[in-house]
Amino acid sequence: MKITKKDVEYVAKLARLALTEEEKEKFCSQLNQILLYMEKLNELETKDVPPTSHVLALKNVWREDEVKPFTHTKEILKNAPEKEGNYFKVKKVIE
Amino acid sequence: MNYQPVIGLEVHCQLKTKSKLFCACSTEFGLPANSNICPVCTGQPGVLPVLNKKAVEYAIRTAIALNCKTAQQSIFARKNYFYPDLPKNYQISQYEMPLAEDGYLEILNAENAEISRIPRKKRIGIQRVHLEEDAGKLLHAVGSQELDYSLVDFNRTGIPLLEIVSAPEINSPEEAYFYLQTLKMNLQYLDVSDCDMEKGSLRCDGNVSVVAEPSNLELERKVAGSGKKLGVKTEIKNMNSFKALKEALSYEINRQIEVLESGGKIVQETRLWDADRGITQSMRSKEYAHDYRYFPEPDLVPLILSIDHDLREENFVAEIKKNLPELPAQRKERFIKEYQLSEYDAGVVTAEKKLADYYEDTVKKLQVTGFKLQIVAKTIANWITTELLGKLNAEKKAIIDSPIKPEDLAGLIKLIQEGTISGKIAKTVFEEMYNTGKKAEKIVQEKGLVQLTDEKEIAKIIEGVLRENETIVREYKAGKERALGALVGAVMKKTQGRANPQLVNKILEEKLRSC
Repeated sequence: MKITKKDVEYVAKLARLALTEEEKEKFCSQLNQILLYMEKLNELETKDVPPTSHVLALKNVWREDEVKPFTHTKEILKNAPEKEGNYFKVKKVIE
Repeated sequence: MNYQPVIGLEVHCQLKTKSKLFCACSTEFGLPANSNICPVCTGQPGVLPVLNKKAVEYAIRTAIALNCKTAQQSIFARKNYFYPDLPKNYQISQYEMPLAEDGYLEILNAENAEISRIPRKKRIGIQRVHLEEDAGKLLHAVGSQELDYSLVDFNRTGIPLLEIVSAPEINSPEEAYFYLQTLKMNLQYLDVSDCDMEKGSLRCDGNVSVVAEPSNLELERKVAGSGKKLGVKTEIKNMNSFKALKEALSYEINRQIEVLESGGKIVQETRLWDADRGITQSMRSKEYAHDYRYFPEPDLVPLILSIDHDLREENFVAEIKKNLPELPAQRKERFIKEYQLSEYDAGVVTAEKKLADYYEDTVKKLQVTGFKLQIVAKTIANWITTELLGKLNAEKKAIIDSPIKPEDLAGLIKLIQEGTISGKIAKTVFEEMYNTGKKAEKIVQEKGLVQLTDEKEIAKIIEGVLRENETIVREYKAGKERALGALVGAVMKKTQGRANPQLVNKILEEKLRSC
């Protein structure tokens, strides 16, 4: 599989990234190198190896259903570029 | 050409946990904007989600009730997309290895049930059941004032959602309606969700396509087992009520048939139901959004739910299985067996968990006073389904808001069974009970409604009636037996309905024979 400039543009659009022409070229070659490296793994027999989703040997980490209110909600609102009252304010999005 | 609709429903229900799925924020509805938020659910850098055990329990409880196979191992995934209601720019959901797969829900298609009263059973496959977090809420207007920007409230962000995906095995809008009704009923019996469509705790999207139905000849040629080809589907969103579900699906099915009939092609797309205009419309903004680039959520470790890995975890699932509450279909069967109710009555009484509880409460209260179960069970069902539900439905009230409590209804039926009041008077008493909240016994005493059972007194009244209605008596004697009804009516009128009807009939016939 080879990554083309078109793929880079597509992924960039999904990630809402504006790339320059130079960046597109650069990422195209870098991504291809990563894929090339991954292809090395194909040389191994992995038929009996279960796919890894996580590298930690942990499972069923959970908590009881208890409410602990966070008291500094105003601090979170302060991070907003724009706000109105208790709301975060964004550009109009409507279907 | 005939077309068969093929519908699959994707239902999201909010689980009724106290705290959110991955943080300890409250899930309470209707609080001031952005008061139930924290660094985790607003996606601040460096935070870690921790799974709510109760949400997993509710999800597994539902999966088991829907006859699904719970996964040996289940993992969470990031679903990546940009939208302002999603502070992390990804939603924690499940993709590969959902909690449970491959179940079914049995529905009763009550179409034409009015005529036959025997609804048709059908199994709708459940493809998968998985957990995910809810997104925030966007505000585009304040009151009637349209804004030229949008406001975001993250209170809902991170509330646990259970996604239940049906197989494309629903073949009409009515069937979709019954599927959603039955699912809602089960979720309420399982006590995992409020299922309030108005509050958005139950939501439904649909995948719709139509297939041309093969002619009989083609059908004969087809050998059993040849797979049915599905048409191109569209996804319908924004069906926010049971009514909207039916209307949107009907509209979309007709739209697709019209496109095909006029030689056009169906485009795979997401369409939005516009309830005001009664149409579905293409959502162009979603075209790009379907590439979600799912990958395993590195911040949440796998769930292991099978004995193969660890006995303790198996106990977790086994415990849930053991404590599974009685489901609507089971309760209905039990009511038919235990209380000898008809299929229809049992269906009505068990349609809602609280209603079924109300019914059983009343039965128990009457049993305490020494009545035989078989005698009162049916009477109670009649009073609830006709009188009480009639009143409540007219006022759009739920059973828990009934001004007549189970013990009060039991009190009323006791008076009827003991012969203290007649069935006719009982309706008047019921009316009074409903309006004032008074107990039946008190109303009967206050208004002097106790049934007249003194034979001598009844005989006296009847004699008076016979004297006053000589014409009718003559008609009766001439062979017009129906005239008897008029005489009974006259007696009842004189006693304001208090006379015991059996005695009136008996004495009246005796008197007529002898005069």
